[in-house]
Amino acid sequence: MKEPVLEIKGLNVDYGLGEEAVHAVRDVDLTLHRGEVLGLAGESGSGKSTLAYGMLRLLPPPGVIRSGQVVYHPHDGEAVDLLSLSTAKLRRFRWAEVSIVFQGAMNSLNPVHTVSAQLCDVIAAHEPRTTATARRARAKDLLKLVGINADRLGSYPHQLSGGMRQRVMIAMALALEPRVVIMDEPTTALDVVMQRQILAQLVQLRERIGFSVLFITHDLSLLVEFSDRIAIMYGGRIVESARAADLYKQALHPYSDGLLHSFPALRGPRRELTGIPGSPPDLGAMPSGCAFHPRCPKAFDPCADTMPLLEAPTTHPGEDRNVACWLHAVERVRG
Amino acid sequence: MAMPTADIMPMLPPAGQPVPATKKRRQRRFLGNRKAIVGLFLFGFFCLLAIFGPMIAPYDPGKRGDELLISPSGSHWFGTTHLGQDLFSQMLDGSRSVMLVGIVAGVVATVLAVLIGVTSGYLSGVGAEGLSALSNVFLVIPALPLILIITLSLPDTDDMTIALVIGCTSWAWGARVLRAQTLSLRRRDYIEAARATGESTWRIIGFEILPNLTAVIAASFIGTVIFAVLSEITLAFIGVPGVSEWNWGAILFWAQSQQALAQGAWWWFVPPGIAIALLGTGLALLNFGIDEYVNPRLRSGATKVRGVKMRVGFTPVLPAKGAKR
Amino acid sequence: MGYLLRRVAFYLFTAWAAITINFFLPRLIPGDPVQSLIARAQGQIDTSAIKSLYILFGLDNEQSIVEQYFAYIGQLFRGDLGLSFTFFPTPVSEVLSDSLPWTLGLVGITTVVSFLLGTFLGVLAGWWRGSWVDFVMPVTTFLSSIPYFWLGLIAITLFAGGGGLFPSSGGFDPGVVPSWDMDFVWSAVYHSLLPAITILISSMSGWVLSMRNMMLTVSSEDYITVAHAKGLSERRVMVSYAARNALLPNVSGFALSLGLIVGGTLLVEIVFSYPGVGFQLFQAVGAKDYPLVQGIFLVITLSVLVANLFADLIYLVLDPRTRKEG
Repeated sequence: MKEPVLEIKGLNVDYGLGEEAVHAVRDVDLTLHRGEVLGLAGESGSGKSTLAYGMLRLLPPPGVIRSGQVVYHPHDGEAVDLLSLSTAKLRRFRWAEVSIVFQGAMNSLNPVHTVSAQLCDVIAAHEPRTTATARRARAKDLLKLVGINADRLGSYPHQLSGGMRQRVMIAMALALEPRVVIMDEPTTALDVVMQRQILAQLVQLRERIGFSVLFITHDLSLLVEFSDRIAIMYGGRIVESARAADLYKQALHPYSDGLLHSFPALRGPRRELTGIPGSPPDLGAMPSGCAFHPRCPKAFDPCADTMPLLEAPTTHPGEDRNVACWLHAVERVRG
Repeated sequence: MAMPTADIMPMLPPAGQPVPATKKRRQRRFLGNRKAIVGLFLFGFFCLLAIFGPMIAPYDPGKRGDELLISPSGSHWFGTTHLGQDLFSQMLDGSRSVMLVGIVAGVVATVLAVLIGVTSGYLSGVGAEGLSALSNVFLVIPALPLILIITLSLPDTDDMTIALVIGCTSWAWGARVLRAQTLSLRRRDYIEAARATGESTWRIIGFEILPNLTAVIAASFIGTVIFAVLSEITLAFIGVPGVSEWNWGAILFWAQSQQALAQGAWWWFVPPGIAIALLGTGLALLNFGIDEYVNPRLRSGATKVRGVKMRVGFTPVLPAKGAKR
Repeated sequence: MGYLLRRVAFYLFTAWAAITINFFLPRLIPGDPVQSLIARAQGQIDTSAIKSLYILFGLDNEQSIVEQYFAYIGQLFRGDLGLSFTFFPTPVSEVLSDSLPWTLGLVGITTVVSFLLGTFLGVLAGWWRGSWVDFVMPVTTFLSSIPYFWLGLIAITLFAGGGGLFPSSGGFDPGVVPSWDMDFVWSAVYHSLLPAITILISSMSGWVLSMRNMMLTVSSEDYITVAHAKGLSERRVMVSYAARNALLPNVSGFALSLGLIVGGTLLVEIVFSYPGVGFQLFQAVGAKDYPLVQGIFLVITLSVLVANLFADLIYLVLDPRTRKEG
């Protein structure tokens, strides 16, 4: 069992305060292990991006972290709760240990600075003793890493294509050789061909540098191929987490099952495309009990009353997975 | 003079705010906005003054009296001029001219701005480009000298003519903003859908586009009224003929020409200035209210709610309470 | 470069529009101002001067309007703006060359300074939102609603005249002769302080407000979140990422509002009897000196156009998206 590098415990993130607050992330427990790729899937509004940004306290107002811990285990030294760090320490921590590849690179790059300036300024901020020449050299190497020609150093973001911008974002995320890279829908805005290229690049980079990845997307098919473990989010909670292969073979939670059946499999036996009826819940007005029960084809008595907890399924003992569904906690319901 | 940012960039509400705003919430937000209320109050006050002012004036503003150049007293609340005329009555009387010219000019300019701006934004081709160039020309040419030179050249001028001249020269700013808004609206999906189904251009403009522009049009109207009020007062101050007798600018003109300053007669020029400033402030506040209503990012408040400091880039972490689900 | 060329073309077009307006307006004036002037001057002017005045006012009935138009343009290109009525027979161009430098100095410098100061304060107000800075907003709004000239009047009452701190009028001490020596320069600067401060206070507030609003709008852009995620210092995010981008619409806004600023500052000159173009305009209006008024209008318009061009150049430098390299 690999050691954990990032442990999220009981995280609650809201938008707003008091009665009108919207609970976007509810009681999330998630662990990212060293060197692994953890996929986080869910529809829009499920809270996955909120979780990612909330972890690093990057949510814009009116976002608030209500409670919980985000424990980071560095190379050497003590584990530290990110949510308890001072502003100055958090600033030093950001990017150097955990970086983010943002989605929609169209607006993620500063339009008035060159690529080189944006790559170098983060190096300068964290390693002030480097010289400008050294930084530029590193910037050049970073671009080479993602397959961009060095003469693009002086380009402005608007002069680059969508795929190039995304690759610059990836290069930027790796500038300080972090241990964890969070990728927030890194390929959503790109066409399929570009998607494949970028993913292939990511795989290569991971093999070379060895960082852990938290890969957030709504496209479960990507995760099945690319990640080691997958966690599914619904209505602000994690409803299932398992090894990718196990999940693909059999998804225990009806929602995950529905997601898997929403895209055709390229290989393996043909599957029926179904989809999930209904629409995602309004975070401000959640259904009682299990949030998925109004749309669930397998809902039964306890589902509307009580919320199921994320636990090892009693029906599949021994496997390294968790699910929050009454179907798989049958003995606890009965007992 | 203040220019709300709404004028500089298209300001359709940003997408992606997690809290849905129902219509009732929106209305509450606008009216609950303190700035808008204060602004509305001030504007309403001056409108009332314009309607009833001349009627409640204690003296005939032009009537000469015996008490020359006295400071504010019981019988003359704002003091008198060098001819013994009551300044308070002059102010009240002039308020009608000020407000009338301001509002008429505002209406004229806004109508022109909507016609030219929306048309040039919606249609494409040489005509639209030409209209856009026309508005840019009027935008760049300095307004005051232009108004000045036009009013001087016209044979007879009165309040209405001046209002028309101001209205016909100050539409360009609003036209430009409306053009930008219309352009960005035109690309939206539901407009494309309407065009594809063959809805007539005028119906689209009237029913789909204009309703979305109401806030911008309102802001543009208010901005123009501010500008018109300042312009007419300036014209009166300079001595351009045709402005109504007791227009506040005219009062200042007389104050200046009679060397009120040198004689220490501060009551002659302080009230008009304060009145102008209050009217301008009221209108500006109204504009800010509209600005903040449309662009929620500008809303103040919620920066320190219940002791929690909201800050871009550093999400606050609430202090631990008792363990609760 | 394409951007710049288009702007230049636009300004040329606008200049042409201004000239044409100038051409047509006097033809609306009733009566024959030139004749009465000539009658008054009683043959002191030579025929070429009369002719230029006729062209200026379109009173030459022998020519068609088109011919008059071209004659007028020709005259302009030779720098002939006609003769001033009040300073008869001094040409308008000469009258203006005396007053223009004063205005350019006062208005030019204060406008730029107020923009820079206002923008700087706006950056702070937009960034440190919710702190004491927010109280500045209502004050600034009120100040920006006050007409410039009225503020000038108040300033004079409070700080000048009869033993006050500052001189109440004029561009320089009456006894000093205009030249480039220290006496004159010092006197000029001293006299310009109060008008300058008046203009500064009135116009700065506008910039503070618009910059603050732009900063707020920009703060919610993705690249600001990225900058914070990168762990950059607060100052760098505020300046290089936020302010640098928020500045762009404000620079174009500045260019566009130059016309408005000019109006207000001219009035300040009137109040302070400052020997600039504005004061001259005031006197010309009072004396119905049409050639002078027209000349001033043209000169002001052209100056604003040139200033606009400068602002466009600056915008070109600031926003790389306008530079289309190959």
